[in-house]
Amino acid sequence: MRHIVSILLENESGALSRVSGLFSARGYNIESLTVAPTEDASLSRMTIVTTGSDDVIEQITKQLNKLVDVVKVVDLSEAPHIERELMLIKVRATGKDREEMKRMADIFRGRIIDVTESTYTIELTGSGDKLDAFIEALDRAAILETVRTGASGIARGERVLKV
Amino acid sequence: MPSAARLTKVGADRNLHSFRQIFNHFAKPEQRELGMEITGAEIVVKCLQAEGVEYVFGYPGGAVLFIYDELFKQDKIKHVLVRHEQGAAHAADGYSRSSQKTGVCLVTSGPGVTNAVTGIATAYMDSIPMVVLTGQVPTPAIGQDAFQEVDAVGITRPCVKHNFLVKDVKDLAPTIKKAFFLARSGRPGPVLVDIPKDVTTAKCEFLYPDVVPMRSYNPVTKGHPGQVKKAAQLLMEAQRPMIYAGGGVVLADAAAGLVRLAKLVGFPVTNTLMGLGAYPGTDAQFLGMLGMHGTYEANMAMQHCDVLLAVGARFDDRVIGNPAHFGSVPRKIIHVDIDPSSISKRVKVDVPIVGNVADVLDELIRQLEPLVSRIDQKALKSWWAQIELWKARDCLRYDRASPIIKPQFVIEKLYEVTKGDAFVTSDVGQHQMWAAQFYKFAKPRRWINSGGLGTMGFGLPAAMGVQLANPGATVVCVTGEASFMMCTQELSTCRQYRLPIKIVNLNNRYMGMVRQWQQFFHGNRYSESYMDALPDFVKLAEAYGHIGMRIEKPAEVEPALREAFKRTDDLVLLDFLTDQTENVYPMVPGGKGMSEMILAEEL
Ligand SMILES: Cc1ncc(C[n+]2csc(CCOP(=O)(O)OP(=O)(O)O)c2C)c(N)n1
Repeated sequence: MRHIVSILLENESGALSRVSGLFSARGYNIESLTVAPTEDASLSRMTIVTTGSDDVIEQITKQLNKLVDVVKVVDLSEAPHIERELMLIKVRATGKDREEMKRMADIFRGRIIDVTESTYTIELTGSGDKLDAFIEALDRAAILETVRTGASGIARGERVLKV
Repeated sequence: MPSAARLTKVGADRNLHSFRQIFNHFAKPEQRELGMEITGAEIVVKCLQAEGVEYVFGYPGGAVLFIYDELFKQDKIKHVLVRHEQGAAHAADGYSRSSQKTGVCLVTSGPGVTNAVTGIATAYMDSIPMVVLTGQVPTPAIGQDAFQEVDAVGITRPCVKHNFLVKDVKDLAPTIKKAFFLARSGRPGPVLVDIPKDVTTAKCEFLYPDVVPMRSYNPVTKGHPGQVKKAAQLLMEAQRPMIYAGGGVVLADAAAGLVRLAKLVGFPVTNTLMGLGAYPGTDAQFLGMLGMHGTYEANMAMQHCDVLLAVGARFDDRVIGNPAHFGSVPRKIIHVDIDPSSISKRVKVDVPIVGNVADVLDELIRQLEPLVSRIDQKALKSWWAQIELWKARDCLRYDRASPIIKPQFVIEKLYEVTKGDAFVTSDVGQHQMWAAQFYKFAKPRRWINSGGLGTMGFGLPAAMGVQLANPGATVVCVTGEASFMMCTQELSTCRQYRLPIKIVNLNNRYMGMVRQWQQFFHGNRYSESYMDALPDFVKLAEAYGHIGMRIEKPAEVEPALREAFKRTDDLVLLDFLTDQTENVYPMVPGGKGMSEMILAEEL
């Protein structure tokens, strides 16, 4: 099962490698990992998308909690939550495709953030599925480059992950 | 002495000057040096002094020379110069295991660190508190492939509880404080502090805090009372109860609680290899060690019990064998451990209790006391009758009439001659298992071995730490010739510090445990397990300035031991030429269930 795990950890050098090292040493999967400091610069917020049986996910949360730099861990998938990912995608936009590309970006609520005579760079946010769908909708040959951040997640409603 | 937390508060709403005055006024002299700047090297030594460190086990080198210079200038902390950094780590580890103190080791950058890694990993696997200080190249040189540079924090990350690289001298004292706190609190473990050379020369004021707040680290102590209640009820309903206690009981100094609990309920008790001594080995309720080389009765009772109380143990592969086989018999499991990640890792449990083992046992006893009349005595009696039948198999039987020295006989005599009161360290192999089976440990912290990592070479350097932590005590290192040669150089350290360790070398000229596996599982093909060209161990001991004895006949065993233990001031190496073909029984082959033992008579 796919799980999205949120981690609040000390913004210390090496904290990231403690987490990634834990995953590789114990053979857990990482589908994606994002991390950045929070509004409190001494803390980082990390989102890891992983897969595993319930037993494995239980071990993952316990092992993460055991890391001295980790302040809090939440498995967001246990309750309603929102997931967003950002993609930047550079596409060929020439001739009649140029108009078509703009139309596709609009349909997916993407924004064109850089333009050359022959290319567009489109910014798109949404769930991973939406980003996948956008890629699917384009002609493969038109895609020059994609970069995705991996998912960030937050709980719905009043639940917060804070110290 | 007010707490640092209070001081910090006071300091926070006044100016730094008055904070200094307050601190200087209250703090012990070794904890402050405010208004005056001292070097990082001085700070390191002052921190160790403030921690009450008696011994530092170490080996010098370029990156730590300023620290060594400060050690030279004082006489509170004694430095023990080992002959290889692996020995420093094992000695610090043995010091911790045999006392309630935290061993410290100090090594230089690069090869100093890499040599110590085996010892650090050994301590990590057995949850031993230890602080490792490592030198590092100067901060501007980090990442430049400087001479003797290794990424110490990176190399050791998977085998420490936590580690730090100190980049600013101002962080040095709080970091060392954190290191000691982390090492011994919660589930203990080694903590490494990597100190670049320029940090040892940089200066700042010295203040050793009493506590360092860490919002990300709050180990639990008390177990959940509701869970303890459930456990108590479950135990009272048991028909075939069993208590399975591991190294966590030793680490938490909870042996007395375990004994009280067992006596209160009258249930059978087994100990893991790491737990030996947590329950007295001669007690009638003790079934011996369980696991791969556990006794028949302990393994059978573990497999067939209906309520299992697991305390400070982790159901590892050397204990329960195949978890699916173990799970094929229905039973209720109560699991007490300080580390939540140890619970339901290999075996699903019914009543998890996260907490300090000592606290939880006290609470459990308190809750059980009014309930014990509910124990089904009839069922318990027939359970004990069943256990007696298992015991009657006499699974540790061996040929006592053998004209060749049997290794088991040596350990039995060792037990008799030392009256069961020695500290016994061991290396890894058959000799380790025989020591565990035949030396009946009466007290915790007397049996010192590398259970988790299984590190050959551990025994002798660990014994040095044990002897220094317990001056005047009888310390024995039970070893095999192959293991012993992995850290033989420490005989020189033993000479320098006059450590009167007794080394019992069960010399079978084979890597016996490897040979045994090859005999059982590889068609008697003894691939590279014969030790050719062994040294003359008697001369070897003598070369280092010690006494060596060779014992070749069973009748000589006891007199030799008596003679050796009479020499309370000398290190004596006893080289017993033992039966080359002897095997450790019972044995649960890898991947099998714990009731699927090979017994001696079956081969
Ligand atoms: C450092 C290390 N290398 C290899 C092993 C694998 N190993 C386990 S037991 C053993 C043989 C030990 O032989 P010896 O010390 O003579 O003890 P015996 O089994 O004969 O009592 C070996 C090689 C190990 N445990 N540790």
